Amino acid sequence: MNEPLGTTGLVLNEPLLWEKGQKGRCGYSLPKSDVDASPLDAKFVGEGPDFPDLSEVEIVRHYTRLSTWNFGVDTGMYPLGSCTMKYNPKTNERQAAQHGLALAHPLLPGKLSQGALQLLYELEHLLAEITGMEAVSLQPAAGAHGELAGMLLFYAYHQDHGSPRSKILVPDTAHGTNPASASLCGYKSVGIKSNEQGVLSPETVADHMDTDTAGIMVTNPNTLGLFEDHMKTIADIVHAKGGLVYADGANMNAVMGIVNMLDVGVDVLHLNLHKTFSTPHGGGGPGSGPVCVSKLLEPYLPVPRVVKAENQYRLSEDFPKSFGKLHAFYGNFGVMVKAYSYILSLGADLKKVSQLAVLNANYIKEQLRDVFELAYDRPCMHECVFSDKRQAAHKVTTLDMAKRLIDYGFHPPTIYFPLVVPGAIMIEPTESESKEDLDRFITACRTIVAEAEKSPEDLHAAPTRTRTRRLDETTAARNPCLTG
Amino acid sequence: MRYLPHTHEDIAAMLEVVGVKNLDELFQSLPADCRRQDDLNLPEAMTEWELDNHIHGLADTMATPPAYQVYLGAGSYEHYVPASVSYLLSRSEFVTSYTPYQPEISQGTLQAIFEYQTLTARLLGMEVANASIYDGASALAEAMLMSTRIARRKRIAVSALIHPAYRRVVKTYFEPTGYEVIELPYTDAGQTDLSSLASLDDLAAVAIQSPNFFGCIEDLATIKNTIEDEKTLMVVCFTEALAYGLLKSPGSQGAAIACGEGQSMGLPRSFGGPYLGMFASKMKYVRNMPGRLVGETKDLDGKRGFVLTLATREQHIRREKATSNICTNNSLCALGAAMFMASLGGTGIRQLAQLNHDKAEYLKQKMIAAGFKVPFSNPTFNEFVVGFPENFKKTYDRLIDQKIIAGLPLDTFYPELANHYLMCVTETKNREDLDSLVAEVSS
Repeated sequence: MNEPLGTTGLVLNEPLLWEKGQKGRCGYSLPKSDVDASPLDAKFVGEGPDFPDLSEVEIVRHYTRLSTWNFGVDTGMYPLGSCTMKYNPKTNERQAAQHGLALAHPLLPGKLSQGALQLLYELEHLLAEITGMEAVSLQPAAGAHGELAGMLLFYAYHQDHGSPRSKILVPDTAHGTNPASASLCGYKSVGIKSNEQGVLSPETVADHMDTDTAGIMVTNPNTLGLFEDHMKTIADIVHAKGGLVYADGANMNAVMGIVNMLDVGVDVLHLNLHKTFSTPHGGGGPGSGPVCVSKLLEPYLPVPRVVKAENQYRLSEDFPKSFGKLHAFYGNFGVMVKAYSYILSLGADLKKVSQLAVLNANYIKEQLRDVFELAYDRPCMHECVFSDKRQAAHKVTTLDMAKRLIDYGFHPPTIYFPLVVPGAIMIEPTESESKEDLDRFITACRTIVAEAEKSPEDLHAAPTRTRTRRLDETTAARNPCLTG
Repeated sequence: MRYLPHTHEDIAAMLEVVGVKNLDELFQSLPADCRRQDDLNLPEAMTEWELDNHIHGLADTMATPPAYQVYLGAGSYEHYVPASVSYLLSRSEFVTSYTPYQPEISQGTLQAIFEYQTLTARLLGMEVANASIYDGASALAEAMLMSTRIARRKRIAVSALIHPAYRRVVKTYFEPTGYEVIELPYTDAGQTDLSSLASLDDLAAVAIQSPNFFGCIEDLATIKNTIEDEKTLMVVCFTEALAYGLLKSPGSQGAAIACGEGQSMGLPRSFGGPYLGMFASKMKYVRNMPGRLVGETKDLDGKRGFVLTLATREQHIRREKATSNICTNNSLCALGAAMFMASLGGTGIRQLAQLNHDKAEYLKQKMIAAGFKVPFSNPTFNEFVVGFPENFKKTYDRLIDQKIIAGLPLDTFYPELANHYLMCVTETKNREDLDSLVAEVSS
């Protein structure tokens, strides 16, 4: 196929919900009451919410039309760096929707919920095997929630050892949420600069690590797509001062079956099931952010935990050193079912997943390095980071090129992140993309680079093939209109 | 493997471009001490139909309707979900997209979330609602942290009739802050006891759940009047959002923040998650609010559109000074809730809420007539507490064998309430079910 993917089909307009409908319609099959009406004490009775009344047809058309304004992984390549927008297998959705799981109440007696408990138990063990860690809690509901769990583990550990600490080391190549998670636990973030090779130097860590520092938060591979190759030495430095090593496992898709996180000195690692383990992002959640820990930190994991005895599974609260609870129940179970299904569908092929994710990223890096400025010229992991340095002469920015990619039928990469690379273009193709799709993406990027020289105005105007053009974000923030 | 498109030829051609001989060599830059020595020890990959069977085997062990009659609520409710909602929610353009950072190709999610924020604000009678938080418990914890930022105080009071798990989550979030969390006891009638409030200075917030964990409706207007200190915020929390189809909204009763669980709005119980943290406040507090917000704007041609906005509160811009570390919302759950609220409409939500109230009231009166004790006299919504005779555990277990789960035993959460059970009745139960439940517990 030589034509670009992007086109303009027939896209329908659709108003807001409350601009449609007529009083008296209903899209819900309300049953007749078979009991007497029982008026509630008038002092508690309100007027009821001012919702529009719509028929089922109106609702179905409304959301079907809205859905066509969205781009998803099922629409096309979504190379959003650090987000691991891989294919979301359809069988996972089917499994999570099986009635026995989807309709199960979380407070069922244990003997009536053995299947769900078994699933939790087995998923914990599968994730422990994949990461190399020794115990897992599935309770955190998202990546940032997993980070918070990691920091609460640090806090609980240091309290338990009678040595509360006040600081934490956060490299400039770490994920953006890390400092906010640390400050929730009262830790002051101490920024650590990466070196000319884009990774941490043991000397820099040693200079900052002291006995008032709780530990370090490392993203590995880091947000430049580079493996922190001094990881083990850095962990030794941190441990020698009584600190702990937290690894942000958002980028685990690069190293399944390749790196054992325990062996490189990690004490706690969070995973994003919605990245590495193929559960859908849903337009921004729900995710799931399990924490995987070493034996050292296991006593502090959140409760309840699933335990197995005499072939029966049960939830146990009997962990006196636990830091407490993060979720009303056990976390995002429905998401866990999908990740479990994914792992069982791949088995040992998970290593192949990482190999192909890394192959795809390196292939893109090699095919685009002559047109985009490469931030760090070394082998990358699952993502590669370029910048707009060479296009600056034509007054074309990363944003312009990203928006132009939309016209060619691709979701743009992550842009302006990581912050250490000005004008960053961070591309993570994932293993899901075939060579033909990568080639098509590469061709689109090269076409855009040529346009940047010849007709930069086309890029400034992009996107032109979407239903809405560039949106005014400044006015939106200055005069917020947050409800209709 | 069907998810991996690479042929041997593709791999060979790509390796050549990259300049390495095989896939292992891609990792040659990793130092030896960082390489995993052993192979992944995982079960052999299943085919799609093997997986169907395996998961079915697990699912089959679970006690779910219609085989079981489940009278459990306590933060997770059985409501009928229209096929249209489940079907629309499975549109892969919604399911497989990321957070809408590129608004031009995310208008579907953005408009839908703007609509969700609006419907949520209207449901709760508040001026602004965010794009959602993880669940009811984390929403309450975030609300209490928000109140300490607004009031610049380090002490909060929390009703003992807030869901016990929510209180534990608040405690976990507050532990490292060193801030004080005070628990307010409950009255014999089943409402929060505010008599100690006058002696508590410098409270950032008082948190009340309504309907509370015992199902009783709290008198929010009176509570608001009892809180004399103007700087103390009233935070209203809930586990059953449907109640606000019938009850006076938290906003109309003076809540500064209203937050809680939105699972009732069309989400499956799914063994406890993913659910929906609804979160709303007065507009003057919006810059202290955690989580994502969608706002209306215009595009270059003046056409209406929507974007993520007020991001300067958020972690990726403000880093350690952010209002929260929260990064995602529970977007797809929020979308499902919006679809559900739109399906009900103003007329439908009123009727459905009334129906829930009436059915629960029917069972409550039948239980009283059968001689069981309903210890808390305050009006309830779709849950209430029943005190059974001392040997009731045997009956409870017998009913399980008959595939009836007769409520939630309360003694784990409130040791003083031995033999007391929290019963939940929604529109899914019919009169015969309720009559036969009363007959069974009486026999």
